[in-house]
Amino acid sequence: MTSNRSLSLKLKIWRQKNSQEPGRFEGYRVEDISPESSFLEMLDILNDQLIRQNKSSVAFDHDCREGICGMCSLYINGQAHGPDQLVTTCQLYMRRFKNGDTIYIEPWRSRAFPVIKDLVVDRSAFDRVIASGGFVSVNTSGNTIDGNALPIPKEDADKAFDAAACIGCGACVATCKNASAMLFVSAKISQLALLPQGKVEAKRRALAMVRQMDEEGFGNCSNTGACEVECPKGISLENIAQMNREYLSASIQNED
Amino acid sequence: MEQSKFTASSIGKKFLMAATGFFLMVFLLVHLSVNLFLFGGKQAFNEASHFMATNPLIQISQYILAAGFIAHIFFGIKLYIQNKSARGKVTYAVNQWQAHTPFNARTMIYTGLLILCFLILHLKDFTIPIKIADTRRFTHYELVTEHFKNPIYTVIYLIAFILLAIHLSHGFQSAFQSMGARHKSYTPFIEKLGVLYFWFISLGFSTIALWFFFKQ
Ligand code: HEM
Ligand code: SF4
Ligand code: FES
Repeated sequence: MTSNRSLSLKLKIWRQKNSQEPGRFEGYRVEDISPESSFLEMLDILNDQLIRQNKSSVAFDHDCREGICGMCSLYINGQAHGPDQLVTTCQLYMRRFKNGDTIYIEPWRSRAFPVIKDLVVDRSAFDRVIASGGFVSVNTSGNTIDGNALPIPKEDADKAFDAAACIGCGACVATCKNASAMLFVSAKISQLALLPQGKVEAKRRALAMVRQMDEEGFGNCSNTGACEVECPKGISLENIAQMNREYLSASIQNED
Repeated sequence: MEQSKFTASSIGKKFLMAATGFFLMVFLLVHLSVNLFLFGGKQAFNEASHFMATNPLIQISQYILAAGFIAHIFFGIKLYIQNKSARGKVTYAVNQWQAHTPFNARTMIYTGLLILCFLILHLKDFTIPIKIADTRRFTHYELVTEHFKNPIYTVIYLIAFILLAIHLSHGFQSAFQSMGARHKSYTPFIEKLGVLYFWFISLGFSTIALWFFFKQ
């Protein structure tokens, strides 16, 4: 194992003051990085260095640092969440890099995800898509049905559960050549459409969420499959097919 | 259903791309079947060609075909422009395309536009002359086989079908996905069928061109 060998790296990081001003790459060096540290810890070390030098630290998103919240992002050397598959940036470890490597770090690039500062982008477009229909209306008058009392076929439960694994990170949008949000939106639409509680509003939901997705300025799907490759949660393209079916049948039956 | 809303939506546009794509793929099969009569000699091909030129059903479907092509091209270009602008003004400095986006899927607009160039050439050289040809002077058979005596023409023809093969190597299974048909149980079969389809189409048309080029 090379675990004791520390790394010295060149970083090219996108710096941008705010959404108005144009950004640019700045070069940095970090030394003595443990291969066992995570990518975000490496950035913490860089920021520590910058603060000591009285320079502005690099802004980046993160929260749980255990791969479940969907806050971390970063396009690392040309790939969302870096070179590993099925992991988020917070779960990416420095042993994936070699001593002396140059690492390009860029924010998600999408018209619908404007840069707020440095590597932080505004992903509230996803929140608005969810708000437009990514919910199940329940009766709260006291006679709510216990979810476990409803029989659900095993395959449907499994598929819904797989779709529910989406953490809303936006890597699919970042990777897609069209900056399309269809993997994300389809995960939400399928998850709910597969369950009896969600079926009731399935048609209205499909129409509303797709309309909101389009209004946010995300691109169209070209079925390249890039989103599926880079999604840290392994969300399948089958969800996009399911969304297409839901949307097409909802459009035919729509009475508005 | 409000038509305009549907065709303005992302999924609606993809549906139209796929529907016209399917239609064009069926057309190619019909077209190739007629061309294969070239191997049967002058009389066989001229009869097949005559049937196509006079059968009322075929005549009507020609207009549908033209509409299909125009819609496919129009929406293809529209999608390309929208998708380009969805990335925003700043693009990635480093992008590992080869790691996530297959070449054929990335180049649909380029293969498509080059096929369009060939289509225009084909209209000028075959479709229109066949429509107005004085068949007493030379028949459809001669019109076609004469062209393949020209090496440059034959090479352009072959390149066009390589491009079409690339377009279809993504397009075939993509059209199923756009229509909502994808499942791990049958998608591998659709993908194999797509490979079979584009080889059959491209090899079919190319073999005819090469045959008449070397036969002269
Ligand atoms: C006989 C000729 C053609 C056939 C059989 C054909 C077939 C197809 C098929 C099956 C698809 C997949 C549809 C989908 O993903 O749902 C497709 C996509 C596409 N075609 Fe064609 N096509 C032809 C000619 C053209 C031409 C002339 C253009 C010129 C602009 C073009 C541009 C495109 C584009 C840009 C796409 C991708 C759209 C997207 O997914 O974003 N195609 N084609
Ligand atoms: S589908 Fe995957 S890549 Fe897209 S937001 Fe959800 S978890 Fe992230
Ligand atoms: S910080 Fe929560 S998923 Fe990475």
